[in-house]
Amino acid sequence: MPLTTEQENRNLLKRHRKARFFALFCATITWSSVVLLAVLLYQVSIEGFRWLDWQFISSFPSRFPERAGIKSALVGTIWLISLVALISIPVGVSTALYLEEFAGNGKISKIIEVNIANLAGVPSIVYGILGLAIFVRFFALERSLISGALTMSLLILPVIIIASREAIKTVPQGIRNAAYSLGATKWQTTWAHVLPASFPGIMTGVILALSRAIGETAPLIMIGAMTFVAFLPEGPMDSFTAMPIQIYNWVSRPQEEFHQLAAAGIIVLLAVLLIMNATAIFIRNRTERRMK
Amino acid sequence: MKYPAALLNKSANVPLLLFVSLLLGSCSGQDESQEAGATDSGALSGVVSLDGSSTVYPISEAVAEEFLTVAPRVRVTVGVSGTGGGFKKFLAQETDINDASRPIKSSEMLEAEASGIEYLEIPVAYDGLSVVISSNNDFVDYLTVQELQLIWQPGSTVDSWDDIRPQWPSEPLRLYGPGTDSGTFDYFTETINGESGASRPDYTASEDDNVLVQGISGDEYALGFFGFAYYVENMDKLKVVPIDGGNGPVIPTETTINNGTYSPLSRPVFIYLNAASMARPEVKAFVDFYIENAGVLASEVGYIALPDDLYQQAKDKVSAL
Amino acid sequence: MAKERNPDAAVVSQSAQPGDARSIKKSGVLWGEFAIKSWLASCSFISVVTTIAIVVLLLKETLNFFEHVSPGEFFLGTTWTPLFEPSSFGVLPLVWGTLIVTIGAALLAIPTGLASAIYLSEYAPDRVRRTIKPVLELLAGIPTVVYGYFALTFVTPALRNIFPDIQVFNALSASIVVGIMVLPMVATMSDNALRAVPVSLRQGAYALGATSYEVTTRVVVPAGLSGVMASFLLAISRAIGETMAVTLAAGQTPNMSLSLFESIQTMTSYIVQVSLGDTPSGGVAYQTLFAVATLLFAITLVINIISQMILNRFREVYD
Repeated sequence: MPLTTEQENRNLLKRHRKARFFALFCATITWSSVVLLAVLLYQVSIEGFRWLDWQFISSFPSRFPERAGIKSALVGTIWLISLVALISIPVGVSTALYLEEFAGNGKISKIIEVNIANLAGVPSIVYGILGLAIFVRFFALERSLISGALTMSLLILPVIIIASREAIKTVPQGIRNAAYSLGATKWQTTWAHVLPASFPGIMTGVILALSRAIGETAPLIMIGAMTFVAFLPEGPMDSFTAMPIQIYNWVSRPQEEFHQLAAAGIIVLLAVLLIMNATAIFIRNRTERRMK
Repeated sequence: MKYPAALLNKSANVPLLLFVSLLLGSCSGQDESQEAGATDSGALSGVVSLDGSSTVYPISEAVAEEFLTVAPRVRVTVGVSGTGGGFKKFLAQETDINDASRPIKSSEMLEAEASGIEYLEIPVAYDGLSVVISSNNDFVDYLTVQELQLIWQPGSTVDSWDDIRPQWPSEPLRLYGPGTDSGTFDYFTETINGESGASRPDYTASEDDNVLVQGISGDEYALGFFGFAYYVENMDKLKVVPIDGGNGPVIPTETTINNGTYSPLSRPVFIYLNAASMARPEVKAFVDFYIENAGVLASEVGYIALPDDLYQQAKDKVSAL
Repeated sequence: MAKERNPDAAVVSQSAQPGDARSIKKSGVLWGEFAIKSWLASCSFISVVTTIAIVVLLLKETLNFFEHVSPGEFFLGTTWTPLFEPSSFGVLPLVWGTLIVTIGAALLAIPTGLASAIYLSEYAPDRVRRTIKPVLELLAGIPTVVYGYFALTFVTPALRNIFPDIQVFNALSASIVVGIMVLPMVATMSDNALRAVPVSLRQGAYALGATSYEVTTRVVVPAGLSGVMASFLLAISRAIGETMAVTLAAGQTPNMSLSLFESIQTMTSYIVQVSLGDTPSGGVAYQTLFAVATLLFAITLVINIISQMILNRFREVYD
């Protein structure tokens, strides 16, 4: 028996109310995460602001909290992240392109896919052990920036690959077909159409991956990053230190002032992260548009 | 359609330029050159690399910092891989000096022999392992070494305070201590329980002594141990337990640790030198500087100086090389 | 016609016309294709080489380990005290610890992340989305050490107000904090996946009188399921492999109790404890690290294979 108009209206109202509630629910959750972030940032930085000044950024570590600074760690981190980006982004995106565009759907492809997903779950310390054995000892690169960068690149490669693959998958086949029909080769299509269309997704993956790299401590200590370094690295083969290592070291000291210094270090780290993300996000926003 | 040419968009480059300029700024070489008095060590250059215990790290850092003022062109780096991790790197000849909060183990000695590495053991300071309770705890007056063993031995059945002494309250005993891979833990278990690593496993362990401080200070019935420096920084939240090692209860202080009356829990911390590295003038100069100044610098960072004759012994050992 | 050709395809030389196979060959386009394809393929094999290297590294010492300790004791034992005297090598408490923290983190991050992604892609105005998304990504970049201390100084005391019995190190704190850490991963990747669903699909559903809730749950999310599930997997992988935050929040006491209020130790936390710690290399105690790492690798492999099989069922392709 068909519903009466009244029943239909009631049903419609109920469904729409449900939809409104759902929208509110999702909004609340999202804003709560934002609030949580604000709380976290406040907790972490409140102690540190007092110590944040030019002297802090331009001094080397010291046993006296008033004299200690984060210069060597800051420069080390910037060097490290730059090298990591230079290595991992091309390799990661190339892998994703190959797997999505050029490789078939055969056994080998599937194996590589499972393989990469697995690598994403390997703890960072195991990459540290790997890096020590391969880059520091076998390739005799010593405990240098390049060893650290190669190790960290291996660590974040799976994230970039998986995120890029998802982004490339979402490009409609129609775009590719149109290009082929005009006589373009596979690579021409990929470079000129698929890659730009998937750029926003790739950038998301890059942001997540580099954010992870900037905060890692354990694998760097394993391959031999130092904690006390009173000079700035002059090339990829120099020894180095990084901000998370310095922060962790300060936070483990008994003196309260060092804890506050650690908080200041965290603020600087987050600032670097913010700049890095802002660059990538800017690129992402410029290249983003909804698919029709 | 925006091509990757969007990357060439000028305004996107501002943050990138910030990065690049910081990078280039770092290429301009060392900035912190404090030109001290023109001693001949001012002409020294090279690299001295240390690694090892996080306990000894503050001392090595202080020495490295001061050494910069007399030999500004020598690059001293200090790592914190842990005593064991540091030894692994030391025995692979990747570091010149290993900071150690415990003496070298026999397995490590064998490996050194196998690799043909000659090393020197130099004590640099004392640490007094302090047994602490919350400042709200008002019934503990002292503990004997035997009682400590009763509490901490493997398979121990001591679960509440009155199991130790019947006149104490029958409240549950909550134990805190460093993790199994710290020199502090090794030393404590070897001294109290007779074997390194021998301990009941059901205590709250942490690598970070600050966390132990937090846990113990908030718990009236807690008992824990860690290095002297952490007690000194938190004297408002913690009480230290005098330890009776056979000669009456003794509180750890700079004096009692230095003259050995706080026993058996005062322990030396060491640096191990690679004899082959000592042939390099910058390493030798650094080691001489270390031994000379360890006493003063150690007490600045929460450790205790050794008696003078021990430092002299160390100097003799080094010059005999 | 040359005019309609893609102006960026600069590889094509002037003389090539569609269909002129000899000229295309001469112009080097196909050689270029081959070279590029080789480069891309070799990049992919880096991941294979990495896995092989990891497996070789781990297996070598694991086999040494099993010469001293029986597999039975390792896989079935319930006490894990390899660094104490007397030592005991039952790995189950570590597996249990990993399970608790990972499941707890997933329970927190997955629904929350997905809800945030839905809000960002379906409901939020563009300006709001452009502000919130970077903020969430900032959460992903906070060093894990900071999360650990956040757990100790904020989360555990806050939990203590609700559950007074909770200890200073506890599994609940660790789960919460790891959940917060992987939340941005789920949110931002799912958001990308949902936004990639063609608008025409949504419009079709609205045209049929569906509410936004129905459109989202019955059209958009199923369409973007591949990307959404990939984000779940990545988040779980990260949660399993997380170390420092867990160590600081949950302590290092291997423990098989069902209570979330006590200290536990995960496999990853144990691996870091031994690698960066005091244990001399070559002994059984040191080899435990490799055995645990191999076990972890095997477990994640099984989880991934199963997920791949499920994922392949759900993938939808739109033109």
